[in-house]
Amino acid sequence: MLNYIIRRLLYAIPILIGVNLITFTLFFVVNTPDDMARMQLGIKRVTPEAIDKWKQERGYDKPLMFNQAENGVAKFTRTVFFEKSIAMFAFRFGRADDGRDIAHEIKTRMFPSLAIALPVFLLGLGVYLVFALTMVFFRATYVDFWGVVLCVALMSISSLFYIIGGQFLISKLWHLVPISGYGQGLDIGKFLVLPVMIGVISGAGANTRWYRTIFLEEMGKDYVRTARAKGLPERIVLFRHVLRNALIPILTGAVVVIPLLFLGSLIAESFFGIPGLGSYTIDAIHSQDFAVVRAMVFLGSLLYIVGLIMTDISYTLVDPRVRLE
Amino acid sequence: MSYVLEINDLETILHAEEAPVRAVDGLTLNIMKGETFALLGESGCGKSMAALSVMRLLPEAGEIMAGSVKLGNEDLLLLPEAAMRGIRGKRISMIFQEPMLSLNPVMTVAEQIGEVLQWHFRLHGAAAQERIRAILNQVGIPEAARRMNEYPFQFSGGMKQRMMIAMALAGEPELLIADEPTTALDVTIQAQVLNLMRDLQQRDGMAILLITHDLGVAAQMAHRVGIMYAGEMVETATREAFFRGPAHPYSRKLLASLPGRESRHKGLRLAAISGNVPSLSREFAGCRFADRCDHAFKLCHEAAPGWAVVAGEHHVRCHLFDPDLLRRSGERGSGDEESQQTVRKPGRADESGAGIELKRERRTISSPPLLSVTDLKVYFAIHKGLIKNVVGHVKAVDGVSLEIRQGKTLALVGESGCGKTTVGKGILQLVSPSAGSVRYNGLELVGLERKRLRKMRAEFQLIFQDPYSSLNPRMRIVDIIEEGMNALNVGVGGDTGEYRAEQQPEVSTRRRVDALLESVGLPAETKWRYPHEFSGGQRQRIAIARALAVNPKLIVCDEPTSALDVSVQAQILNLLRELQNSLGLAYLFITHNISVVEYLADEVAVMYLGRIVERGTVDEVLTTPRHPYTQALLSAVPVIEPESTRHIIHLHGDLPSPVNPPSGCHFHPRCPRVMPVCHETYPATSAFSSTHTAHCYLYPQEPDSRRF
Amino acid sequence: MFFKPVILWTDALVYLLVAIVIALVWYVRRNEHFAAPWRRVGRSASGMAALTVLAFFVIIGLLDTVHLRPAVENKSGGSGETAYSVEVLSLLDLIATPLRTRVEKTYSSPFAAYLYARETVELPNGGQAREFPRLEFGGAHLQDPETQLVRDVAWRAVAGAGLGLFLWCMVVAFLAATLAHRSGEPFLSALSRIRHDDTAVSWRAVCLMLAVTLLLCGAALALCGSYHILGTDKVGQDVFYQALKSIRTGLVIGTLTTLMMLPFALLLGITAGYFRGWVDDVIQYLYTTLSSIPSVLLIAAAVLMMQVYMDTHPELFDTVVARADLRLLFLCIILGVTSWTGLCRLLRGETLRLRELEYIQAAHAFGVSHWRIISRHILPNVMHIVLIATVMDFSGLVLAEAVLSYVGVGVDPSMISFGTMINAARMEMAREPMVWWALFAAFSFMFALVLSANLFADAVQNAFDPRVRLSTKAKTSLRGKRQGEPETKPVSASAGDRLSP
Repeated sequence: MLNYIIRRLLYAIPILIGVNLITFTLFFVVNTPDDMARMQLGIKRVTPEAIDKWKQERGYDKPLMFNQAENGVAKFTRTVFFEKSIAMFAFRFGRADDGRDIAHEIKTRMFPSLAIALPVFLLGLGVYLVFALTMVFFRATYVDFWGVVLCVALMSISSLFYIIGGQFLISKLWHLVPISGYGQGLDIGKFLVLPVMIGVISGAGANTRWYRTIFLEEMGKDYVRTARAKGLPERIVLFRHVLRNALIPILTGAVVVIPLLFLGSLIAESFFGIPGLGSYTIDAIHSQDFAVVRAMVFLGSLLYIVGLIMTDISYTLVDPRVRLE
Repeated sequence: MSYVLEINDLETILHAEEAPVRAVDGLTLNIMKGETFALLGESGCGKSMAALSVMRLLPEAGEIMAGSVKLGNEDLLLLPEAAMRGIRGKRISMIFQEPMLSLNPVMTVAEQIGEVLQWHFRLHGAAAQERIRAILNQVGIPEAARRMNEYPFQFSGGMKQRMMIAMALAGEPELLIADEPTTALDVTIQAQVLNLMRDLQQRDGMAILLITHDLGVAAQMAHRVGIMYAGEMVETATREAFFRGPAHPYSRKLLASLPGRESRHKGLRLAAISGNVPSLSREFAGCRFADRCDHAFKLCHEAAPGWAVVAGEHHVRCHLFDPDLLRRSGERGSGDEESQQTVRKPGRADESGAGIELKRERRTISSPPLLSVTDLKVYFAIHKGLIKNVVGHVKAVDGVSLEIRQGKTLALVGESGCGKTTVGKGILQLVSPSAGSVRYNGLELVGLERKRLRKMRAEFQLIFQDPYSSLNPRMRIVDIIEEGMNALNVGVGGDTGEYRAEQQPEVSTRRRVDALLESVGLPAETKWRYPHEFSGGQRQRIAIARALAVNPKLIVCDEPTSALDVSVQAQILNLLRELQNSLGLAYLFITHNISVVEYLADEVAVMYLGRIVERGTVDEVLTTPRHPYTQALLSAVPVIEPESTRHIIHLHGDLPSPVNPPSGCHFHPRCPRVMPVCHETYPATSAFSSTHTAHCYLYPQEPDSRRF
Repeated sequence: MFFKPVILWTDALVYLLVAIVIALVWYVRRNEHFAAPWRRVGRSASGMAALTVLAFFVIIGLLDTVHLRPAVENKSGGSGETAYSVEVLSLLDLIATPLRTRVEKTYSSPFAAYLYARETVELPNGGQAREFPRLEFGGAHLQDPETQLVRDVAWRAVAGAGLGLFLWCMVVAFLAATLAHRSGEPFLSALSRIRHDDTAVSWRAVCLMLAVTLLLCGAALALCGSYHILGTDKVGQDVFYQALKSIRTGLVIGTLTTLMMLPFALLLGITAGYFRGWVDDVIQYLYTTLSSIPSVLLIAAAVLMMQVYMDTHPELFDTVVARADLRLLFLCIILGVTSWTGLCRLLRGETLRLRELEYIQAAHAFGVSHWRIISRHILPNVMHIVLIATVMDFSGLVLAEAVLSYVGVGVDPSMISFGTMINAARMEMAREPMVWWALFAAFSFMFALVLSANLFADAVQNAFDPRVRLSTKAKTSLRGKRQGEPETKPVSASAGDRLSP
């Protein structure tokens, strides 16, 4: 087991290096730092001095891969690649355009993101499972049929409309909770209700339908027939036999996203004015703050890989057939 | 006389888009306490649907239309679903064909058996645990107390079927329905499971409804048998009466189509039933078997036959036995000539079918072998650890030597997992051997470069087990057959030299495809169709035509008939034999089915765990088996002879893993005659004649032969 | 010449796509094993109804794809040379010229005759008053909107719907006549077969959906000439026109993305599964790395970089339209790069399964070359996965465009799309009084498009995926079970990874 985890962690290294190379290529090779400076400072009427100053402020004034001017190891370390890309492995993300430390921002903004994403994740999982089970229990009846129709309809609505519609109905028309914002302490609750609710609803269609398919697939297996041949009632067949087997793909599929919950949701956070990592990223994209975007790409990949490893481990916990060597 | 189960005029249909399929059409049968009733029939005849109808566990498209199913005094079909649940698993239990799929993979064995106790007997906690342990002991699970908390995947196939039986027994049922309980198991394991079922029945006195396609299993297990054909029962009789003198033309053909030594010695073709089982969605006017029956006359196509008594409890649904008809035809004398002729026949079945004498001249053994394999090894590496280094090997084939002569058949016999298929692939270079040599006509194939090997490939071909996955569903038959011809440039039969001539190849290739299809018994027009339009047997014919297209000298047949029904199997075996005689083909026939070996093979090699333990001519090995494994294997095959007094040698345990074969003789952990020396080193060859050898310490060892 | 044709990059690719679709239709008609599942699609009522709606969207999208530069009057005169407008227009633009050119001052609500904002106007008596002025174009033909408007709108709507109904009758009659001709039966019996849904293709669903669509289209066409049926936006542009223009953007993103990624996914997925060994390792590494970057972030990063590149190289694009178009194409490519991994993984898995099948072993035994095995045995047997993934991805991509445009990494702001419409309109919900029609227009058009795409994808999946066909037995058991062909073993095909921002 431990051996396996170590191997998976070692395998993560080449992947992270790959991610690093991709982002480096995207941010520094496709466009040179000069291009970016010119773009940031305005295409016309930009002096070479201004460009140099811009680059110097951000530490982009060194060569990309290889520094001729230095000696020894510094030929490699005093380069953009080393200082901007390799440094991320040590969580040194540098400073944003507004001069703040990105790593610090990430640390503080992580929790508001989690405050929304975690309830959405847990509540969603429960709600979708209940809906899917209901539909499967009443399969081949109108409950099932209209359930599927509803799911497809829900799937066909853009998440933007859920947010806009929710804000309009709940906050503006009925004045139940504030439209947006974020507070401290217990006050936080009233700001969270709406985004969490909308988060759950906007995922309902696709997920419920997917779970239903998994359940139905399990229902067709031979062991279900065996269970019925024992004289067990349908309810026990469904909850004891089918559910246990169907939960394996569902739970392990859910585990992979758990670490990514830290990143929050891009649009929900910006609509509801929640100071999390999602809105941080969006603001960075809008203001073209490349350092922040780069840091978030790296962080996202790292969390995804952690999620993959957690998935493998969770398999051993829920599926007796899987033993990691 | 009180019956445990009485089924009367049961009708079950499966709703389909085009027309409903009448899977069971007017089935009537009774089973007494302590009796085993075998419901026999080929695939698709409705026997499983009948069993599921009794349990009321039909698939959602299924519906019971009419009839009654009485258990004791209760009609199960009238019970509300809730009451029916009290019957399932308690008064009637069922075991299924695939033990691997029929157990819930994520629940322990104890949990799954405990459910029955909890639900039907309100038994919980320690009492339940105790009962579970007792039941598992009954079905012969060693170390039941420890293993009851393991998961199904930790048990072998045979053990899983024992679990299923344990689960069925937990309810102490009056009736056990066993739907093909041993079809997925190896023959030595099958013997164990059948034995277990018989023992349990004798002790508990429950009735068993045994559903099977295997005449041998029925002959061994049943007290009475019923034959189903196309949704209805055509014959019922006691076991003795049935196997002594089957009455219905279908039953007679079915028995005659079994391959075996007798038919081989007589040099006869097997009595294959022509055509296929009719679709059950159509309406039948007359007898359902009429289209395939040799004795059919006008009436058979017009009126469905009723039940007729052959003798005592022996009933048959056939016009040939209709007393009125017999009398009338006697009275009228010169009436319907055809019907009269046929009606007079019924007593003696002509078992031979066509009865053509096939010449099998014995060639001298001294001719050089077409293929000689020496010490072939195929290992698959197991990767493990941090950098996936090789930690061991699956020794699928561990030193196999064999020879095949022109025009002869060598049968390679063994249970699943013994490596026999890998031997076939290793010979054809479809997997690369780890060591050893494969010489075809003196040319070494191992390590031959790809280009030169490709040229050789026309010489040896193979036929597969599964007729459904051996043909590409997206290609027409003509493209399938031409593929090999195009790849190997052998398309043009006679005029080989001119295949580059303009426009000729196209035409002559087509002509060759036609000829090939006709030679395997299919009309030439079928070449424009797609595989899904053919039945299993027809597909196997196409696969044979594809192999023949490149004029091979050697064909590796990998279980070519094991997925087919008996009557279709006979067709294919006949075809293979005819082709051997007319084309001089050599076969390496890989199979687990001993009766097929008896019928077709010249020489036999018995394989166990990657090695050949015994080889010799078919008569030598099958009449005087020397190796204890061969002896056990042969004794475990169910036979039909009603008064058989043979002794079954029961092997304990399962096939060990080829990763860690046991030390010394691989067979020693299961061998009934094991000696201390068997644990130490693998035995050398013992020769009994110039052709018959075995590897066993029971016999004098030849000092200088360490070859396997 | 009255115009000069212009072929933008995406236009060319759309033409290529149309050619591919036509070739596929021709191929499918000749190959029974492909035609059979399509016949199952034809039997699905919801699928055919969805296809009918999709057909309307596709027609609008194709009209909007044919670009040209109309000739303009040569003001310098006399040179005899025709000059062409710098403005690139599509056929749809030309047809909808009234919609495009009748621009009001600012907001106006649907069917309004007055502006939505008060303006100071000079009264005839010389004084000034704050009131809602009349619109320049919307309802301009009315003398007294207060009394006439409702009746005028109703009359026009009924007239338009009547025209739609007439057209519908013609279409149904033509359909019945064709069916009658084919099967050699009387016209009325063909008509009754359609009515009782007793036809090979579910024509009844098509007819019903066609009726709804034609009635709506008829009414809309009759009204849009004299009213802004979905109102106008902040700068007074007709919202209905914007909604129509958005369709092409959505369709292009939904289809071209798949077109871009298919070659990669097919080539890499099949190669990895077929050759295994180090080839497999490299390809697996490649797609694990790519898919480990959260897709929105990867898209955002790539689009940001593309933006910088385009901003610093303005000389590469001659017109605004060409620039927006190229940006759309790049967006498709970037979406393709981030979404090929899911399909690639599926194809690899299926190839791994297929290569162990006996007919492939048989081909090896004949010494058939790798290339021929891949093209003749593997490719045709994975095509159903490709098709299912393609139709399933479509709706997800249309939805993704809206989100990306909101985030600011979608299409060019000058290009009309659902995303830009929503983005521009979302602040208007906060206005008092509220401006709801732009969002309503975007919502209903997008919902219709995505819903029909989803329903059609469902029908295709049910028809092509043997696993789904088995698992939906329960659903269809009311009508009865179809006996699955024996060769169909369950394959693990699910929709490609959805972009889930």
